[in-house]
Amino acid sequence: MRSWISAASGALFGLGLLVSGMTDTAKVQGFLDLAGNWDPTLAFVLGGAILPMALAWRLAARRRRSVTGEPFPPMPSQGIDGRLLGGSVLFGAGWALAGFCPGPSVAALGWSGASGLTFVLAMLAGMLGLDWARRRLPALA
Amino acid sequence: MIAIPLDWLTGLAGGLMIGLAAALLLLGNGRVMGASGIVGSLVERPGASQTLRGSLPFVAALIGAPALVVAIGGAPATHVTGDTGILLLAGLLVGVGTRLANGCTSGHGVVGMARLSPRSILATLTFLGAGFAVMFLGRHTLGVF
Repeated sequence: MRSWISAASGALFGLGLLVSGMTDTAKVQGFLDLAGNWDPTLAFVLGGAILPMALAWRLAARRRRSVTGEPFPPMPSQGIDGRLLGGSVLFGAGWALAGFCPGPSVAALGWSGASGLTFVLAMLAGMLGLDWARRRLPALA
Repeated sequence: MIAIPLDWLTGLAGGLMIGLAAALLLLGNGRVMGASGIVGSLVERPGASQTLRGSLPFVAALIGAPALVVAIGGAPATHVTGDTGILLLAGLLVGVGTRLANGCTSGHGVVGMARLSPRSILATLTFLGAGFAVMFLGRHTLGVF
């Protein structure tokens, strides 16, 4: 049951990214390029996605557990720190450079060719590299 | 005839699908639909089978479902750059950044924002701000991409 729900969610997410045009890096960069020929599509995508999700959080607040019996994730306990802000700056910079963020880059792997694969492999290397550095240098963790 | 751009409509429709996908994962499995976290959990060191059981079907369908549609209907343009240096730098920045910040456009931008989580709101404003700034510097000041 859990696996089927995960698969259905992943499929709907991937199709939503395709339909919305977010697998097209030019549309994402067009949104981030305020000084160019600005493309507002991404704002509609984000707004359209937040709407059902806000309802889902309200439904979750009235229930004890998810359908499969898992508890709902608590509100993150960490405060606002340098890791959150610094990480978001690095992410935003990379996002603008290529026009890809994690979801669309993975969703487009079926047709984005060697360039798309290169981006995803570099992204995974970045994640693993950070984990590795944190194990070597506990000060980073 | 005047062509009226309908991108906002397909954007809204696709956005609703993304939001429903996130709602399904939360109400069904009690999990946050964050692409960076779920994809990352597939490769990280302590590959807990518990996490893998949920992440693997999600990522397989995330790749497979749109690929199937594209195989039938034709591939849309991704306009992804062919510059390997930019791809490597951008990928590394996105990987390290989302790991440090514990989330990306889906986890913070959609799921966290919809919960009005202060961390997610601030993260989203920050990566949007950095994106606007780098785009302006890179395209209009330095002219690199």
